[in-house]
Amino acid sequence: MDFLRPASWEEALAAKAEHPTAVPIAGGTDVMVEINFDHRRPEYLLDLNRIVDLYEWETGAESVRLGASVPYTKIMENLRAELPGLALASHTVASPQIRNRGGVGGNLGTASPAGDAHPALLAAGAEVEVESAARGTRLIPVDEFYTGVKRNALRPDELIRAVHVKKADGPQQFSKVGTRNAMVIAVCAFGLALHPATRTVRTGIGSAAPTPVRAGAAEDFLNAALEEGGFWDTGKIITPSVAKRFADLCSAACNPIDDVRGTANYRRHAVGVMARRTLTWTWESYRGARPAPEGAA
Amino acid sequence: MRVNFTVNGRPQEADDVWEGESLLYVLRERLGLPGSKNACEQGECGSCTVRLDGVPVCACLVAAGQVEGRDVVTVEGLAQFARQRAAGGCATGACGTPLDEARRWQAEGTGPGTGEDAGLSPVQQAFIDAGAVQCGFCTPGLLVASDELLERNPNPSDADIREALSGNLCRCTGYEKIMDAVRLAAARRSEEV
Repeated sequence: MDFLRPASWEEALAAKAEHPTAVPIAGGTDVMVEINFDHRRPEYLLDLNRIVDLYEWETGAESVRLGASVPYTKIMENLRAELPGLALASHTVASPQIRNRGGVGGNLGTASPAGDAHPALLAAGAEVEVESAARGTRLIPVDEFYTGVKRNALRPDELIRAVHVKKADGPQQFSKVGTRNAMVIAVCAFGLALHPATRTVRTGIGSAAPTPVRAGAAEDFLNAALEEGGFWDTGKIITPSVAKRFADLCSAACNPIDDVRGTANYRRHAVGVMARRTLTWTWESYRGARPAPEGAA
Repeated sequence: MRVNFTVNGRPQEADDVWEGESLLYVLRERLGLPGSKNACEQGECGSCTVRLDGVPVCACLVAAGQVEGRDVVTVEGLAQFARQRAAGGCATGACGTPLDEARRWQAEGTGPGTGEDAGLSPVQQAFIDAGAVQCGFCTPGLLVASDELLERNPNPSDADIREALSGNLCRCTGYEKIMDAVRLAAARRSEEV
């Protein structure tokens, strides 16, 4: 095994181009487990810890460009206003020790369906910035980034530089099912973001399909129902039948398996419950944040 | 490969390190610092918690090569670290050392177990006094995590303590005594001030 230690992003891209089999390591919270358990013996380890750019974030007009290695702890501490869904999801990642090391780039690189960041990224809307020495930068919509169980759209010579996450224009929520509050790999997880600016709702489902997915049919149904009912204008309480139908469609968007953490049926059920709850929570804060309608008591 | 880094304030050099080796292995097997415990090797248990440039991390998940040039504090150095902090020095090195102070600096102790002669840190004493040590295997990780919590938050709520220690498992299930110990360390400190 060789340990490659690039001092800059350019050096890292050059190293990845020269050794496409090199495994990037940043927080090490996935890669080191595989090495410790002898599940993986990469020819090259490509250490990204020295590349300071990866630990920085910039808040723009529309989105936050989040460096791939920004630890979850920093997201929780600094980006709660801009990226509330991702901050909530970050808080559910493992333990303080892990959150101090791990970041969203690693979650995307590993592309486990159970990665905690995915539902929040899908719901907020995000693009993954990847780069290669040969072809430069490309932006991949996060919906298209996950291609299979632990598979992603990265080419062998590419590295993840950052993720551009849309700044919240409305309330966001994240919910996760597990046996305790810490150190839990999601049995399943759900992210939901209200986008009042475009009058749309976006979702993200974790750990209930081969990849993280959006509940497209559920979003379409809810967007139409909210528009037709004038909910965005009046801010009235969402009809229980609408919430129920939304929850059922979210369950139907799952394609889960039975495994040690839970059965497929349980996952479908739990995703429906989380969909209804997160919709209620976010809608309540949307209602609360709106100016009181004229003539209201 | 060779790895140079600072452990408990002392420059260390580890030779013939395998590229896939963890910081935990280097500390225990190459530098003779077995205080950080090896239990799960997957970041689940927190027994190997150390400070890396001041930040609590699981040493089993840090590749040895990643610590080149960096600063590590283990449980063996915790008492010295706490004493320097109490004396107003910046024990993590993050805020730099004044030149005259750096010139006066001397490593404590002579063996690889630097810092062992420094007595106990307040957190260590509190763990003993509160009966928070049973089999002792989780204790080093809990001490490092608790010490960092109290550095950040001298007067933590119970929820703060549970959150800060949520990545450290005690399979004797002595959590109540551990909670007592952290509360005790916080109370003693607030009495001193």
